[in-house]
Amino acid sequence: MADTLQPGDAKDVEAAVQWMLAEGKAAEIVGHGSKRAIGRPAQTDVTLDLSALSGVMLYEPEELVLSAKAATPLAEIEALVASRGQQLAFEPMDYATILGGAAGRGTIGGALAANLSGPRRIKAGAARDHFLGFAAVSGRGETFKSGGRVVKNVTGYDLCKLIAGSWGTLAAMTEVTIKVLPAAETEETFLIRGLEPAQAIEAMTIAMGSACDVSGAAHLPAQLATSIPAVAGAGGSVTALRLEGFSPSVAHRRRLLEVLMKSLGEGATIDASASRALWRAVRDVTPFAASGGGVERPLWRISTAPDRGAELGAMIARQLGAQVLYDWAGGLLWLALDGFDDAGATPIGAAVAVAGGHATLIRAPASMRAATDVFAPQEAGLAALTKRVKESFDPRGAFNPGRMWAGV
Amino acid sequence: MTVAMPAPDQTVLARRDRIVAALRAIVPGEGVIAAEREMRPYESDGLTAYHQLPMVVVLPETTEQVSRILAFCHAERIKVVPRGAGTSLSGGALPLADGVLLGMAKFKRIREIDFANRVAVVEPGVTNLAVTQAVEQAGFYYAPDPSSQIACTIGGNVAENSGGVHCLKYGMTTNNLLGCELVLMTGEVIRIGGKHLDAGGYDLLGVVTGSEGLLGVVTEITVRILKKPECARAVLVGFASSEAAGECVSKIIGAGIIPAGMEMMDRPAIHAVEEFVHAGYPLEVEALLIVEVDGPQAEADHLVARVEAIAKTCRAVTCRVSGSEEERLLFWAGRKAAFPAVGRISPDYYCMDGTIPRARLPQVLNRMRELSQAYGLRVANVFHAGDGNLHPLILYDANKPGELERTEAFGAEILKLCVEVGGVLTGEHGVGVEKRDLMPAMFTEADLAQQQRLKCAFDGHGLLNPGKVFPTLHRCAELGRLHVHAGKVAFPDIPRF
Repeated sequence: MADTLQPGDAKDVEAAVQWMLAEGKAAEIVGHGSKRAIGRPAQTDVTLDLSALSGVMLYEPEELVLSAKAATPLAEIEALVASRGQQLAFEPMDYATILGGAAGRGTIGGALAANLSGPRRIKAGAARDHFLGFAAVSGRGETFKSGGRVVKNVTGYDLCKLIAGSWGTLAAMTEVTIKVLPAAETEETFLIRGLEPAQAIEAMTIAMGSACDVSGAAHLPAQLATSIPAVAGAGGSVTALRLEGFSPSVAHRRRLLEVLMKSLGEGATIDASASRALWRAVRDVTPFAASGGGVERPLWRISTAPDRGAELGAMIARQLGAQVLYDWAGGLLWLALDGFDDAGATPIGAAVAVAGGHATLIRAPASMRAATDVFAPQEAGLAALTKRVKESFDPRGAFNPGRMWAGV
Repeated sequence: MTVAMPAPDQTVLARRDRIVAALRAIVPGEGVIAAEREMRPYESDGLTAYHQLPMVVVLPETTEQVSRILAFCHAERIKVVPRGAGTSLSGGALPLADGVLLGMAKFKRIREIDFANRVAVVEPGVTNLAVTQAVEQAGFYYAPDPSSQIACTIGGNVAENSGGVHCLKYGMTTNNLLGCELVLMTGEVIRIGGKHLDAGGYDLLGVVTGSEGLLGVVTEITVRILKKPECARAVLVGFASSEAAGECVSKIIGAGIIPAGMEMMDRPAIHAVEEFVHAGYPLEVEALLIVEVDGPQAEADHLVARVEAIAKTCRAVTCRVSGSEEERLLFWAGRKAAFPAVGRISPDYYCMDGTIPRARLPQVLNRMRELSQAYGLRVANVFHAGDGNLHPLILYDANKPGELERTEAFGAEILKLCVEVGGVLTGEHGVGVEKRDLMPAMFTEADLAQQQRLKCAFDGHGLLNPGKVFPTLHRCAELGRLHVHAGKVAFPDIPRF
C-alpha cells in the first residue's frame, strides 16, 4: 500500500511535491478518487490526496464566474449555482454509475482534469470551454497559475486547455476558476420511436442542421431504451432531441421539430421532469451501469465524426456483439462488450481508424487495462510532442506516470 | 517605437543572399520577396506605431513548402515571423530585421464544407467572413466575428484566439475549432483532432489557439459552423450614468439572459459616432447600451420585452427597440464605426484591450478620467459589456513630440488598472509586442517560466516569433534545469497515512 500524503493547502502541496522530487518518488493524484479506475494501472510510490483542498472561494453569478479549491465536490458547486438559477453548462457526467461507487463523489478538479462533458457538449462545449483559470503545482515543485477570473481573456498561453483532459499527468491543481451560465428556464424532449441507428443519425443531423437549437441528441437502441424509465414505456428504440430555453422559444422550436421529423416516424414530447431524468440517464450512461455485474463488461467511449457514428457502431456491434449507445448526434458512442481478452481493442482500433476519431477504454479489469491501449495510441510525431509537453511540466514523471500512455 | 526587440543576429544577416536563394528554391517565382520597396507593405501590422522591415518575405502555397521553409530555417537557426492578413492590434506579426516573414495569405482555399457534420475545413489564409459566405446559402455561419472580419484570416484568428461582439453567447475562436494541421518549427507536420468533438490526448489545439504564432504554423483548420438564428432584434438603451448601465447589464445576466451581443459606449464615443454615422443615438446620455437577442422570432420577442422591462427598473433615460432589420443594423452601424469615428476627431488613436470584472466598471472609468486629465489626453470607451472586455481609445497626435510615448504610458496604466481590479491585460487583441513588457503585472516569474517551457516543447530553439508575448527570453536548457536537493528536503509537516 502506497503512502498517502494529504496536504491541507496549496503551500503544502508544493512542499509535498518538492519532497517527492528530492526522494525520487512518483504520485498518483486523487481528489475523491471517483475516476481512479480510468487509465492504465500504474504503480506509484505515494498517493497525493488533495481532498482537503475544498471550498468555493468566489462566486459572482452576474460575472458568470466561480472560483473554488480544486477538490471542492462537484455536487456542492452544482447545488450552489443552482440556487442562483445557474449551472455548469458542460453537464459533467458522474462516472459512479459506470465505474461503481457512491454517486456524486467527483470534484471540480477531477471534472476538469478529465475534461468531462455531457449530452450538452454539442451546444455548450466541454469542461475545457468553461475553464477560465487555475493555480497548480508543477512536477517541478513550483506553484504557477494561468488564465484569470474573467470570462474573456487571451493573456499568455491558454494552459487551461492543456490541463483539461490531462488526467493529472501535468500538474496538481490547487485552485480553479470556471465559467457558469444561466440554467434553462424549461426543457422538453422530442422522441421518435423505432428508428434504426442509421435513420436515427439522419434524423439527428436534420435537427442539428435546423434552427431548433437542439441541446441533446441521442439514440438508444431498443434493448437500452427499456432500461431507462423515462422512455421505457412504448418499447422499441428511442431517438431523443432536447430543447432548452425560455418557454415560448421551446414551444416554438418543438413545433418546428414536429414538422421536420414528420416523415421519419411517430413523434412524442416528454415534459421537463421526464426530460431531465432521461438526459441524466444518457449523461451517466445508465444502460451500462456497473451494478448487477455490469462492471465486468468492458466499456469503450468513442468520439467520431457524427455522420460516421452509425456505420462505426454497426460494424463493431456486428464483429463483437457490442451494445451501442449513441450521443452527440452520433459523434459519441458508448460501447459495452461481453468478454474478449483485449476488450476488442484491435478491431475497434481498426474501425475507428477508418471512420476517424479515437476510442478510450473507460472500463475494464486492471489486467486488461494493463495489456491494452486505454487511450488511443498516437501517430509518432504527435506522440513525441505529447511527451515533450509532459516533460515541460513534469520532467521527472512525478504525476500519474503511465496513466495515459507509457512514458507520459 | 519604444519596444526593444531581440538584437538582430549579424551572422544571419551576413548570409542573407544565400538564405534568399534557398527560399527561392523552395518557393519559386514571386513567392519570395527580397526587394526593400516590395517588402514595405509587410513592415507593420494593425498596430502601426511599430514597424520593421523583415530580412525577407516568403509566401508559400502548400504545406510541403511551409514544412521545408521551417525545416531550413530551423537547421540554419533563422527566426520566423508568421503573418496572416496583418490585422493584429498588438504587433503579433511585427517583423524582425533578421527574420523570415512567413506570409500565409496564399492559403486561400476552402477545402471542404461538410453540412452533415456541421464543419468547414479551410486553409489559414481564408478570411473570417469568407467562411460564413461559403456556407450561408445553406443557412449556416461561422460564429466568431472580430470587427476586422472582412480582412482578417482564420489562421490569424487561431493565433490570436479572436473574439467579436457575439462571443459572449457563441464563444471565442477556441470554442469553435475541432482540428488542425500544424507545422512545427522543425518542419514536422502533425494533425490534431478532426471532425469529432473531442480530440484524444492533450488538447494541443486548445493551447496552439491564442499562442500568437509562437508554437507552430497552422496550414489547415477545421471549424464548426452553426445554423443561423431565425432572427435578431436589438434594444438601444441610454443611461445617465455608467453605474446605471452596468447595473442593467448585471440584471439582464442575472435574469438568465445571455444576449447575442451586449455593447456599451461612453459619452465621448457616442458623440464621435453620432456625428459620423447619424445612427440616431441619444446625445444627452452618459452611457449607451446595445443589447441584441437572437433565435426564433418567439424567443427574440420574449427577450426584447424582458430586456425593456429590466432597463426601466435601471433608470434608463431612453429605450428603443429595433422595429425592422434596417433599424437593427443602424443601431450596430454606430458601434461598428466607433473606431473610424474616433479616428475622425483625432489625428491618431490608440486602441486598448483589457478585461475587468464588470462590477468594477464605474471605478475603472472614474480612474481613467483622472488619468486622462493627468496625461492631458482624451479617451473614449467602447466596451463588450457582457464579458467585461474594455476598449479604451486614447486620442493623440503622433506629430506632437512625446505624445505617442505619453499615450503608451497612459495605456499601460489602464491595463495595470485592469489587472489591479481583478481583470487581465488583454481580452481579445493579444499580448504581441504591445503588452509584452506588462506581463509581469499579471504573472509571476514562475508563471512565465512554465509558459516558456511549453514553448520549448514546440520550438526548442526559440525561433518562432521571438520577442512577442514574453518580456524576457530564456534558453530552453536554462528553463529546463531542475534544482533538486536529493535527500535534503525534510518531509513536509503534513498528514500522511
